[in-house]
Amino acid sequence: MVTFQFIPFQEIENLGSAKRVNKLLNIVKENKIVLMEGRLKKQEEADLIEITMEEISPKFKGIELSVVYPNKSKQDFGQKVKGTFANLLLGDRQGMTIIGPASVVKRIEQNPNKIELFTKEAKTPPAKRYRKKK
Amino acid sequence: MGFFKDLLSKLKFNPFARKSHVKLGLYGPPNGGKSTLANRICQDWLGEEMSTVSHIAHETREIKIKEQVNIKNKKGKELTFSLVDTPGIATRIDYEDFLKRGMKKKQAKERAKEATKGVIDSIKWLDEMECVVVVLDSTQDPYSQVNITIIGNLQARNIPVLIVANKVDLKKSNIDVIKAAFPQYEVVGVSAKYGKNVEDFYEMLFKVAK
Ligand SMILES: Nc1nc2c(ncn2[C@@H]2O[C@H](COP(=O)(O)OP(=O)(O)O)[C@@H](O)[C@H]2O)c(=O)[nH]1
Ligand SMILES: [Mg+2]
Repeated sequence: MVTFQFIPFQEIENLGSAKRVNKLLNIVKENKIVLMEGRLKKQEEADLIEITMEEISPKFKGIELSVVYPNKSKQDFGQKVKGTFANLLLGDRQGMTIIGPASVVKRIEQNPNKIELFTKEAKTPPAKRYRKKK
Repeated sequence: MGFFKDLLSKLKFNPFARKSHVKLGLYGPPNGGKSTLANRICQDWLGEEMSTVSHIAHETREIKIKEQVNIKNKKGKELTFSLVDTPGIATRIDYEDFLKRGMKKKQAKERAKEATKGVIDSIKWLDEMECVVVVLDSTQDPYSQVNITIIGNLQARNIPVLIVANKVDLKKSNIDVIKAAFPQYEVVGVSAKYGKNVEDFYEMLFKVAK
């Protein structure tokens, strides 16, 4: 089972960069997948990776990050970097950010209208076998 | 005029040189071939190696700098830079991946720790760069968030970017996908390992590092 936690933009809107990043990372460290409305600033994405690296341990193996940009096709990837006029007006509220713990999410793939989360196969305990009575 | 130029360059004061000392960083995800390219550049212009290369990710865990790398193009322009080979940027590091490569547990954990520090240093060094070559493995899907994050951060800092689509010697290599992914950047396909098309890479460097 995987758990998603939704973060509306207003929950991070008025936080400073450090608080934003820590808030998100703390959720991920509880083994939950963050579904955040909107996007982080570019520098905050870098900060998120930096702080993730500081926290890596044999238990916490990092994150998988994916940013969904508003009405952009995969081919229009360049615009994602540049930012459009609409983005200037609406700020970082548009789009969506997905952050999952690396131990749960192997890979996130984005196709224009489809987001695929490749999760690690949950390690279920081996099925109980009936033991023969001695 | 030509006489003057020659004279001035002999006096080590050449106002016609485009830029004297550019800090040129190699960035990208682990295993793209940054260190292989760094070695290729150093071999071509200094006759020596710079970094060690490995098929196991995170071989480079510290920033490596080669000062005074001087390259010339066909037109006789010169460019001197400090070449900075970075560990690159990753969002996940699992010591168990190193175990699978045959390392002992203690060694694997140590390597993972060093690798995390390497990524942190790579990010911290972004601000120091004056030009960045993003080295991507052209056999891999370029649409990864790490690539967007790296390029987005360079863009936000106004640092010129050249994208190298490396490993064009491999059958699975696809430069067009990388070009389509980053239409507003110069993309040059090379094989850092076998030296294929590196001439074009140097020419492109002159264009981008102005
Ligand atoms: N086939 C092929 N392999 C390459 C090329 N460049 C690098 N490699 C291999 O890719 C692996 C990672 O290279 P390395 O330079 O250590 O990558 P880095 O982590 O980006 O520094 C090594 O096994 C290299 O031999 C290339 O142009 N062609
Ligand atoms: Mg390297």
